[in-house]
Amino acid sequence: MRVKHLWLHLVAIVVGAVIIVPVAFGVLGGFKDNGQLSTDPFGLPDPWVPENYTSILGSSAFWRPMFNSALIAAATVVLLVLVASMAAYIFARFNFRGRELLYTLFAAGLMFPFAVAILPLFVLLRELSLLNSPLGVILPQVAFGLPMTIIILRAFFRTIPGEVEEAAILDGCTPFGFYWRILLPMARPALATVSVLAIVTSWNNFMLPLVVFTDPSWWTLPVGVQQFQGQYASDTARILAYVVLAMLPALAFYSVAERQLVGGLASGATKG
Amino acid sequence: MKTTTQGPEGVPAPPSRRTGTREGGARPGFAPDGPGPRVDGSLRRRRRLDKLTVALFLAPALALFVVLVVGPIVLAMYTSLFKWNGFGGLPEDFVGLDNFRRLLEDEVFIGDLRRGLILVVLSVVVQLPIALGLALLLNQPLRGRAFYRLVFFAPYVLSEVITAVLFTMVFSPSQGLVNQVMSVFGMEGQEWLANPSTVLYALFFVISWKYFGLHMILYLAGRQSIPKELTEAALTDGAGAWQVFRHVTLPLLGPTIRISIFLSIIGAIQLFDMVWVLTGGGPIHASETMAVTMFQYGFRRSEVGYASAISVAMFLISLVFALLYQRFVMRRDIEGAITTMRDKR
Repeated sequence: MRVKHLWLHLVAIVVGAVIIVPVAFGVLGGFKDNGQLSTDPFGLPDPWVPENYTSILGSSAFWRPMFNSALIAAATVVLLVLVASMAAYIFARFNFRGRELLYTLFAAGLMFPFAVAILPLFVLLRELSLLNSPLGVILPQVAFGLPMTIIILRAFFRTIPGEVEEAAILDGCTPFGFYWRILLPMARPALATVSVLAIVTSWNNFMLPLVVFTDPSWWTLPVGVQQFQGQYASDTARILAYVVLAMLPALAFYSVAERQLVGGLASGATKG
Repeated sequence: MKTTTQGPEGVPAPPSRRTGTREGGARPGFAPDGPGPRVDGSLRRRRRLDKLTVALFLAPALALFVVLVVGPIVLAMYTSLFKWNGFGGLPEDFVGLDNFRRLLEDEVFIGDLRRGLILVVLSVVVQLPIALGLALLLNQPLRGRAFYRLVFFAPYVLSEVITAVLFTMVFSPSQGLVNQVMSVFGMEGQEWLANPSTVLYALFFVISWKYFGLHMILYLAGRQSIPKELTEAALTDGAGAWQVFRHVTLPLLGPTIRISIFLSIIGAIQLFDMVWVLTGGGPIHASETMAVTMFQYGFRRSEVGYASAISVAMFLISLVFALLYQRFVMRRDIEGAITTMRDKR
């Protein structure tokens, strides 16, 4: 048993190294200058060159995209959770003709690859004058996030016992009152799950901000990283520093929201 | 599988829950499922309020979805019938199905299909078995397994752009990690991303690096939902570890495996960010995907009509694939997960 576990640990460590070594290469590379990167790629930096990191941390080319990404992610989540939970409440708790057809329409949205829509979406957003406006990214992100969010929330809303609703109604609750004051607070774990999924999706979205924002002051982090790479193509060390700094918010978020993320993906996949 | 524990998807909420209070209840806003004993004015009013609630609560989601998800797909179908540079108003130069005829003779597009297929096959043969193996490994009572899981899954939260930029550096010919490691072992380095015969495999490596953790997590969830009694019973009956895997674990993981293959294929169809940043589709189209070809024509060469035809082709491919896959591969698992229509049958 011991020997077997030793082998398992060995496998796990090798796989872990494949994950960590490229990232460590980035972190350490950011502390080197380009000469060191060519001559001594593995060793520790000698001397340590913090300028790559400090100059990026002192520039708006980093903080501005970071702020934009955060703003867009926050707005997307709030709007998405609100709109999707309202629809999920109806799909979970009301009977009406055409309900299953409508629900199927939303659920089928899972099968539309976003790349299919990007070009006509661009044309549409141009006609609506939403290019170079954060709404041009937020609204489509909400629309494309609806299927998964509605599916997960509807399933959760159904697990809340009917007695709760009956009691609320006897106490004089309107449908909206029940949704707002009872259903949403009770659904906090599910809301956390879908919010985490939406934040990660929004934070990492690249294609949409790439075409919507021609104005650099609206670039989000992924677009900023890509443009930075183009701009400093020969300065490998500086790009590594930028990439490492750009990873930090996502990794920090992951470390606090891992449970919701893993749970959400597992339940989302089994339903979708 | 979640769906089995909470009853069939799509079945209306059990009537027993609702009828009791609904008919006797004095509150407006809900309609009873069946005709109640007091079909009078107040009930009719209640029904109207009910409809109003449904309409008001559904309207925002429906509006967003129809305008921004359904709308673009319809628009793409329309513009794919025109020769159009994308500027000003709507297209006028109607060319019928010419764009699609051109598509079928476009070597780059045919190549996209071939490369997509290679990536899918590589995923199913290499990436997913590794993910499955690691999931089973992490299912063992191993010290530190929570930490391993945290590390293995971490790349999934990094954006494709960040991953791609990092690996541009890792694969870089002179300063890159890979070539430097190879030179330590006395091997000749490569221009991994600039060589048409290696670029697709380099791309596959980066995709696997980022996504194997997702599949591993799915398998792990699937494995943990298999009751302990089953594997224990097999073991006491004298089955070896391999037999338990082959005849108990693997069949019960079937639904999860089929979903993970589905996700891989849908992912391959729309693969864009990573390719765009890592290689731009090059060299000489050797790593190009459908989405990259579409983007090139639509946003770089102003051939919006032709690019729309590629979009429509991507849509049809994923639609047909999803329907066939649901119908023939996943039908035993999660009937109604995507379409709940079976309730109407």
